[in-house]
Amino acid sequence: MRATLSRLQHWIDDRFPLTSVWRDHLAEYYAPKNFNFWYYFGSLATIVLVMQIVTGIFLTMNYKPDAKLAFASVEYIMRDVDYGWLIRYMHSTGASMFFVVIYLHMTRGMLYGSYKKPRELIWLLGMAIYFCLMAEAFFGYLLPWGQMSYWGAQVIVSLIDALSPALALWIRGDYVIADATLNRFFAFHVIAIPLLLCILVFLHIVALHSVGSNNPDGIEIKKVKDPSTGIPLDGIPFHPYYTVKDLVGLMAFFIVFFAIVFFSPEFGGHFLEANNFIPADPLKTPSHIEPVWYFTPFYAILRAIPQKQLGVIAMGLSVAIFLLLPWLDRGLVKSIRYRGTLYKTALFAFFSAFLVLGYMGTQNPTIWYVNPVSRVCSVIYFGFFFSLPWISRWDKTKPVPERLT
Amino acid sequence: MLKKILPFLLLLSVGFVHLSCEAEETVPLQHISINGTDYPSLQRGAKHFINYCVTCHGAKFVRYDLLKQIGLSKQQIEENLILTGSKISDDMVVAFSAKDATEWFGVAPPDLSVEARVRGADWLYSYLKGFYKDDTRPSGWNNVVFPNVAMPHVLYALQGTQVIGPTKDIQHLALTDLVVEKPGKLTPAEYNQFIYDLVNYMAFMAEPARETRIHMGYGVIIFLILGFALSYALKKEYWKDIH
Repeated sequence: MRATLSRLQHWIDDRFPLTSVWRDHLAEYYAPKNFNFWYYFGSLATIVLVMQIVTGIFLTMNYKPDAKLAFASVEYIMRDVDYGWLIRYMHSTGASMFFVVIYLHMTRGMLYGSYKKPRELIWLLGMAIYFCLMAEAFFGYLLPWGQMSYWGAQVIVSLIDALSPALALWIRGDYVIADATLNRFFAFHVIAIPLLLCILVFLHIVALHSVGSNNPDGIEIKKVKDPSTGIPLDGIPFHPYYTVKDLVGLMAFFIVFFAIVFFSPEFGGHFLEANNFIPADPLKTPSHIEPVWYFTPFYAILRAIPQKQLGVIAMGLSVAIFLLLPWLDRGLVKSIRYRGTLYKTALFAFFSAFLVLGYMGTQNPTIWYVNPVSRVCSVIYFGFFFSLPWISRWDKTKPVPERLT
Repeated sequence: MLKKILPFLLLLSVGFVHLSCEAEETVPLQHISINGTDYPSLQRGAKHFINYCVTCHGAKFVRYDLLKQIGLSKQQIEENLILTGSKISDDMVVAFSAKDATEWFGVAPPDLSVEARVRGADWLYSYLKGFYKDDTRPSGWNNVVFPNVAMPHVLYALQGTQVIGPTKDIQHLALTDLVVEKPGKLTPAEYNQFIYDLVNYMAFMAEPARETRIHMGYGVIIFLILGFALSYALKKEYWKDIH
């Protein structure tokens, strides 16, 4: 038996680099041994992606991308398809949890300077994944064809309309959001974007495994290697150490995830909005249209600016500016652990502004404090990025140790 | 660093969920807890729904045989609850067209299949208690929870006729501002029970899988906690030589 398996392995290895892929990416991929809480979210994001694809496939089997049938087909899934409700709740919860995981993953990158040299391309590929995810969520949100689906899409496309009416018309395929829009959004949601996502995730991991992982100390473990083996002294093989550790993280994540799926799938109206249980009605505008929570920080920035075109540009910039982060940050150390008070304060202010903006984006703009607070937070948000070259330079950093602590 | 930031994040996220749930309630609603395992209540609610609501409102995603899930037999459903000559496998639909309805009421009565998920049980319960006489309205009725609603008070014979009692603020009416002018067939307590059953049924109808979901949830979470404990022990074992 053993001999047969070994022969099979040789047979494959002569034709496909099975053993070397296993070694390079798992058994002999050396990761820093000091990963903490923040390092679970990369592998979790991959698992959520797989879960979204699998539940998505099953949803597609019964969903009808047709303005006349879409809403009813979702109710059909909820009522008549065996475990359809479970599949759909996993998919809807998965969409929100994907963003939770990605935001935490990005926070990790910002805390420990994971975007800094030599990992700029990992960061850029990651941002491309994030943009795709936003597109994926936006296209997918139209599919249930409820009131929020419809009017949310109407609002977002009207932003494009503010810049170029011809472009908006081209995207909708009609003068309003209509059946043509639903069909193309379905195509993007189930084929185009997921395909792109998978390719980008693959490239993200290839780039990561080529440079090696950063860590909470922001020290390059490849600098100190065992002279006889060439293995980083502070590195441990990804498998089995991090596969078993990530399994613990996965179980903890699943407890939270499935508690939401089974006990609170609407999550207080944040994951599934009440208005989306009303079928789309092009003649009836809901009194208060708000995007799903993961878009609200950017939506708040849009609303904070009184002039519409400028608002759209600011909103686009607020997302795109992350791309410049590796070059705006001129600090000499990577990790927050060795940065000075100045940088720490600025980063903390940025995170706070992001969260407060997220909250403001869910609130009705007629409430007196919504616009003023959003404006102050928008200034802090952009102020962080624009002043970063100087803040990171003037910051009094602490000495970075040679080895992991 | 984590220890410093995490409590802050948690605090913010709790505030986030809490605050946004509160927003935009204009009229204070009366709270009820729905109970999807109370079959007698659900059965009464189904009967009320079919007797009083399906005349005008459809529930087109709900088939009559869904009522088997709340303990009714095929025979009971066919003999007592199907009033329209429909088959048990048919949806609960209304006899007249949306076009006619728009002509009669000014607006087509909405389909109620998932209404409980749109409005919430508390809203429906308060709404059904919120009708009062208002001669300025075409139907002769108005509602404190849904001002200027097109729907007349279908249950007035049961609840009686409510009018606005002595109040300081006519612009911001609440349920507590209403007084019964002429009592109906039911006592206030009986009427409350009547609409509780009705709303309880509507919540069931809006998400028939709810009880299964919650029941299954406990098993899954226990299984995952075991999985967590097991994987944690495994991780500890593997990591004992890493310092």
